[in-house]
Amino acid sequence: MSTPLLSVRDLVKHFPIKSGIFGKVSGQVRAVDGISFDVNAAETLALVGESGCGKSTAGRAILRLIEPTSGSVSFDGHDVLTLGREELRRLRRKMQIIFQDPFSSLNPRMSIGAIVREGLTIHKLAEGAAADTRVRQLLDEVGLRPEYASRYPHEFSGGQRQRVGIARALSVEPSFIVCDEPVSALDVSVQAQVVNLLQDLQRDRGLAYLFIAHDLSVVEHIADRVAVMYLGHIVELAPVDMLFDMPIMPYTQALLSAVPAPEPGVKRERILLTGDVPSPANPPSGCVFHPRCQHPAKDEECARVVPPLEEKTPGHWAACIKQNAPDFFIPRSALHRSVPSPVNS
Amino acid sequence: MTPPLLEIDNLRTWFYTDSGVARSVDGVSMRVDAGETLGVVGESGCGKSVTALSILRLIRAPGRIEPGSAIRFEGKDLLTLAEADIRHVRGNRIAMVFQEPMTALNPVFTVGDQIAEVARIHTDMSRKEAAAKAVEMLRLVGIPDPERRATEYPHQLSGGMRQRIVIAMALVMNPALLIADEPTTALDVTIQAQILELLADLTRRLGTSILLITHDLGVVAENCTRVIVMYAGEVVEEATTSDLFRHAHHPYTEGLLGAMPRVGGHAERLATIPGTVPAPTNWPAGCRFRERCEYAWERCEQEHPPLYQIGEGHVSRCHLAVEPERRANRHVPIAAQVGAGAA
Repeated sequence: MSTPLLSVRDLVKHFPIKSGIFGKVSGQVRAVDGISFDVNAAETLALVGESGCGKSTAGRAILRLIEPTSGSVSFDGHDVLTLGREELRRLRRKMQIIFQDPFSSLNPRMSIGAIVREGLTIHKLAEGAAADTRVRQLLDEVGLRPEYASRYPHEFSGGQRQRVGIARALSVEPSFIVCDEPVSALDVSVQAQVVNLLQDLQRDRGLAYLFIAHDLSVVEHIADRVAVMYLGHIVELAPVDMLFDMPIMPYTQALLSAVPAPEPGVKRERILLTGDVPSPANPPSGCVFHPRCQHPAKDEECARVVPPLEEKTPGHWAACIKQNAPDFFIPRSALHRSVPSPVNS
Repeated sequence: MTPPLLEIDNLRTWFYTDSGVARSVDGVSMRVDAGETLGVVGESGCGKSVTALSILRLIRAPGRIEPGSAIRFEGKDLLTLAEADIRHVRGNRIAMVFQEPMTALNPVFTVGDQIAEVARIHTDMSRKEAAAKAVEMLRLVGIPDPERRATEYPHQLSGGMRQRIVIAMALVMNPALLIADEPTTALDVTIQAQILELLADLTRRLGTSILLITHDLGVVAENCTRVIVMYAGEVVEEATTSDLFRHAHHPYTEGLLGAMPRVGGHAERLATIPGTVPAPTNWPAGCRFRERCEYAWERCEQEHPPLYQIGEGHVSRCHLAVEPERRANRHVPIAAQVGAGAA
């Protein structure tokens, strides 16, 4: 197998908690607590999990938009975490990001043409008339009229602004884009347009995506592989079909069963997780999921032993000491796949 | 036949803005029966939240509920009630739960005090009785250790907990109708499942009717008996949930169902609805969905479609109801032909 485009190893990001007037560090929020994964060229790896699980922090730490505490990130042969400022800036041409909120991620005082053009100027890719032409091409490519270049962000709808964000990321011809919840703020019909656009661009340009999301139905649609995060840890990682068909981790099973089925009459046996996600400032010992886990074999060992992320079946990694292959402690009918779909449009 | 609990008749809520009159809700009729959960779906700007606010007369200037609108609830027309009487309905007979629980709670009072306040306003309970009532409500909505939680402040609670508090507050007076406006949109999927389960359980135990406003068709499928689809200030389709999902009639409903990625469904490409919702200050003449529709023909431009009856309890605002053969005649919608720029 060829070397992956991006390799993340034991990435850690802890935020200090400061207290008192002298700002004494009284604890650590363990937002990302040692995660490892690869992203191959032209592949989409989805990073899913609930709010506070550390998925966005992970995405930003990889690009060094926030400095990771420790670990290593290698991108296209470069060790990202040891690069100097100038080298990092050059490398960022190849690694871009699209943000969730298309309202706050565009400068309201810049025309969208200027927003898209900025990257071209900074990286000295084009100037003058050549840059204008390039901006118009980019807008056209993301489905915006080239003559919109002189308009300002407030004149656009959420979906259109997200297209501007995509054009801005594409302007420097990256090979890898972190998509941080790019469609979460959009209405369903517009969401579908943006998801299709991202897929078309990937096909045409061979882009690799780290697709950060909490909506599992979008993830199933767009991802090649999926990593599930919980409290700063990757608890399961598998090709998309495998993960949705045969989830191993009790947490993944609960997460999948919680997605409302858009089919009336299909009432799934839902694993209702009790309680809330614990605070990452004070994570549980052992397996971070054990206080909410409903696996019948759960015992005090789970509270003691930190489960390693192991390859349980080929390509399917999971961090659970009680479950080896998917032996379904919950009925499979609780998951969606096994129910034949009565609606097939 | 018993009269419905709530009956909205030709509701028009317009906003008189500098850039023109925004006809956000433009002739909406619907009913909610006792004990049922009615889903109202639609995308941002379709008028679903304004409809909900209109029921409780929470519309402020420049908004106005136009004459000729009627909202009947338990035999009274809410729109003609005196201010004191509508206040008695709010929180007492009809309660509302909003999307963002943090903005609905006062940060400087304990949650127990805030729940007790509702009881104190609407009844002559003593301080002590009201405090006991608050604890009882917290228990009802499944909050562990309710005595201790009652003494905590909103910021000490998670999003899911806060939404439970807001629901507890709404249910203090045992209202006949609960309006829930996107109650789970701000929550994670596992917490959303808990809250929806709680609402379903409450309707079973207390017989509360729910008007559930959401953009998520999955939430509708699992929780509602009937659904209303809104588009551009109007009801475009109404059906039982199973009818709507199996035999959607309106092209907009079809589009929404197709655009929704579903766990277990494996479409290579998601269906999209080209274009965007038109501005409420300037709804197009004829069918308001026409420019985004794959079937639109001349009639759709000339004639604003009425709600056609197409089955029992199933209505649709589409001329296809009377010219079904047009369904074979699909073409690229105008909004997509204009091409670049549509988002």
